[in-house]
Amino acid sequence: MSSNKYFKHEGPWSDANDPLMCSDTGDWRTKRPVVDKDKCIFCGFCAIYCPIQIMEMVEESHFSPDLDFCKGCGICAKECPKNAISMMPEGDFKK
Amino acid sequence: MITNAQKKSQIKVITGNAAAAIAAKLARPDVVAAYPITPQTEIIEQISQFHANGEMDCELITVEGENSAMNAVMAASLAGGRVFTATSSWGLVFMYDAVLATAGARAPVVMVNVNRETPGIIAVSSGQQDMISTRDAGWIFLIAEDCQEVLDLVLQAYRLAEDYDIQVPVMVHYDGFYLSYLSEGVDVPFQEDVDKFLSVLKTQPERTKLVPGGKLGCGSHGILGGYLELRYKHVSAMERAKAKFEQIDKEYEEIFGRSYGGLVEEYRMDDADVVLVGSGSMCGTIKAVIDEKREAGVKVGLLKMRMYRPFPSEAMIKALKGKKAIGVVDRSLCFGFKGGPIYTELKAFETQLGGSKMISFIDGIANTDITKINVATMIDTTCDLAAGKDVREVTWVSYPEAQEDGGL
Repeated sequence: MSSNKYFKHEGPWSDANDPLMCSDTGDWRTKRPVVDKDKCIFCGFCAIYCPIQIMEMVEESHFSPDLDFCKGCGICAKECPKNAISMMPEGDFKK
Repeated sequence: MITNAQKKSQIKVITGNAAAAIAAKLARPDVVAAYPITPQTEIIEQISQFHANGEMDCELITVEGENSAMNAVMAASLAGGRVFTATSSWGLVFMYDAVLATAGARAPVVMVNVNRETPGIIAVSSGQQDMISTRDAGWIFLIAEDCQEVLDLVLQAYRLAEDYDIQVPVMVHYDGFYLSYLSEGVDVPFQEDVDKFLSVLKTQPERTKLVPGGKLGCGSHGILGGYLELRYKHVSAMERAKAKFEQIDKEYEEIFGRSYGGLVEEYRMDDADVVLVGSGSMCGTIKAVIDEKREAGVKVGLLKMRMYRPFPSEAMIKALKGKKAIGVVDRSLCFGFKGGPIYTELKAFETQLGGSKMISFIDGIANTDITKINVATMIDTTCDLAAGKDVREVTWVSYPEAQEDGGL
């Protein structure tokens, strides 16, 4: 049997370490989605269409993006049937 | 083939495609994703019917194309499911990237490929070119001779692919238009016997699988040493598959009473001086002609390849060593080489064959029949080679024009 130096499994399975799991890919973003809570009807389209699945439920009333990982692609804003999500330039938000 | 009289099945007259569909049903897959293509369509029609009747408790994904079919079954397999798909020719080419990824991920997918000529020229006809064009994908390739073997091989494929020591996807090949639409009597085993045969897998350790929320991913990494490690593991698993398949063939015989001899089937080989090497449906015709030639006193035998990848070189050398002459019949081409693909590969072991001479026959491409007359010609030519006569290396049996201008 061959060595397991790089992979503990027979196939190319990688265990993600914790630092990798919380790396801040959100800093690629130039625009961020801002959800208008009043317009949101909680349909969940944004969460379904989000390619990296970062729309989180907030108190079962509206959705909010996890900005640590959101890359700002804007698909949620495009798909929202109520136009409740707008893409705002990152420069508008002071860190 | 050895057949045991003990009855553990019911005989049905069905096509090769129906045999494949019934075998898939008996294996109880969790997910089936497939797209219809000639000459494989009947498999998907039958599985859809089983699913609609409630005879098959699986997720049936009617995808929009073959690429999605392979990606769907690969993902389902990585999630721990048993999967099935089937395709042919252009479909296999359209899913090629996913075919490679499935092998790289070591996802134990079982699929049927109904052999058909491959893109290049539009050819809705039989030939093994699609199989040959995919041979280095890292899959295990099995080839069936008749409808019964189609059913048997699909069941054996699950044992091989999902075995904890192997974990390599398996493709079962059979000749399109010949076996796909040919109705034959097929011993269809009972469900409880198939369950018993496959239950060995449940006693093995569980393979790594995707779990929602788990911090484990597949295929996300593989560079430098890691890539080498994975490739070496893959090549090692392919080598282990040879002995494993022999063992599975024996266990299959114990339960179902049918054995084919493992990696290769030897037909009247013991005292044979000359041998034809073949694969797939042509072997039935070759056996019939061998019987006739034997009556005329010609000591000829057949070596049928049941496994093509990994290449069963040890078993072939053992069977062929010391024979006077070997004629390899290929139903496909190996562009860049004069001889056929199996001939070219067997040629690599020529020095270990104890002085056997070898020649290549190309026949059966694009639905040209490998007739009894053609097979007789091949045997006569191989006998001429054994007798030391001057014989050309490559013969296109159904295309004499290839030989007219000097040939290859």
